Amino acid sequence: MHKERGNDGSSARAALLSGMRDTFPLLVGAAPFGLIFGALAMASGLSAWGAAAMSALVFAGSSQFIAVGLIAAGTPVLVIALTTLVVNLRHMLYSATLAPKLKGLPLRWLLPLGFWLTDESFVVAAKQFDEQPQDPYNRWYLLGSELAMYTNWQLATWVGILAGSQIRDPQSWGLDYAMVVTFLGMLVPMLKGRPMLAAALVAGATALVAQGLPHQLGLILAALLGVTAGVLAERAWPQAAEAT
Amino acid sequence: MNEVWLIASMAAATIATRIPILLLLSRRGLPPGLFAALRYVPAAVLSAIIVPMVLTPGGELNLSWQNAALLASLVAALVSWRTRNLLLTIVVGMTVFLAWRAFF
Repeated sequence: MHKERGNDGSSARAALLSGMRDTFPLLVGAAPFGLIFGALAMASGLSAWGAAAMSALVFAGSSQFIAVGLIAAGTPVLVIALTTLVVNLRHMLYSATLAPKLKGLPLRWLLPLGFWLTDESFVVAAKQFDEQPQDPYNRWYLLGSELAMYTNWQLATWVGILAGSQIRDPQSWGLDYAMVVTFLGMLVPMLKGRPMLAAALVAGATALVAQGLPHQLGLILAALLGVTAGVLAERAWPQAAEAT
Repeated sequence: MNEVWLIASMAAATIATRIPILLLLSRRGLPPGLFAALRYVPAAVLSAIIVPMVLTPGGELNLSWQNAALLASLVAALVSWRTRNLLLTIVVGMTVFLAWRAFF
C-alpha cells in the first residue's frame, strides 16, 4: 500500500491516510445509517444532545438502533444496557482477531484503538494486517480507518438530528440497505478458497435459521459455527486453504 | 428516562466488548490453532449479518423477484466479484435496490 516512505513521521502519516482512504467506501455505506439513527432518535423522544452523545460515546450503530427502539417502547435502562452488551458481543471476536497483531502496544494506543473498533474498521484492518503483517505502521493504518468512521458517524448523526423533524418514517426509505450492500461488497472479495466459502455459507445459513433467537444471539452462534466450518474445511482440503 | 445513566451504561457495555480482550490478548498471545481459526471471523460475521437481511425483509422468507434486496444483492455480488471495487458495488447495489422498489 504505502511503500515510499521517508522518516518515521511521514511513514506514520502515510499509513494513517492509507487507512482513511481504504475506509472511504465504507463511509458512504455507513452515512445513511447514521442519518436514520439521528432521525429515529428524535422520534423516540431522546433529546438532540442525548442522541449526539450516544453516537459520540457509544459509537456502535446496531446497538444504537436497537436502543432507540427500546427507548420508544419505554424499556428500563438496565435492560437496554444488557441488550447493548449482547448485541456487541461480536466485538470480542474482533478484538481477539486483531490483538495478536497489536502485540506489545502501550495502553495509550490500545485503549483508543479498542474504543473506536467497529465492524467496518475491523474488516479493513484485518485485510491490511493479513497482507502486510510486518508493516510497523499498521497501528496508524487502523487508527486512520477508525478516525474516518468516527468522524463520519458523528456528522451523519447530526444531520439526522437536524433533519429529524422534517423526515417522516425514515426507515421506509430503504437507506438501511446501504449497510447490507456495503458489507456484501466487503464479503465477496474475501471468498477465496473452499474453507472461506464454507465459513460464509454456514454462518449465513445459521443466521437465517437462528434469526428467532433474542438479542441477535443468532449472529454470535452463526459466527462461531461459520469459523468452525472454515477450520473443518481447511482440514478436509488442506491444499485449497494454502491456495488462498 | 435519565439520558446520562442510559448513555453511560450503554458506553460501558460497549467498551466491555471492545477493550478487555484486546488488552489481555495483546499481552499474552493466542494458541496458534485458535489464531489460525480467527481468520474466518470477518467472512463469517459479514455473512451472518447480511444473509437474514437480504432473504427475510420484513421478517419473512422472500425468495421472489419482488424482493428488491435479494435482486440488488445478486447484481451487487456480481459487480463485486468482477471488479472488486467496493464503491462501485455500493453505488450499483443501491441504485438497483431503490429503482426496483420504485417500480414494483
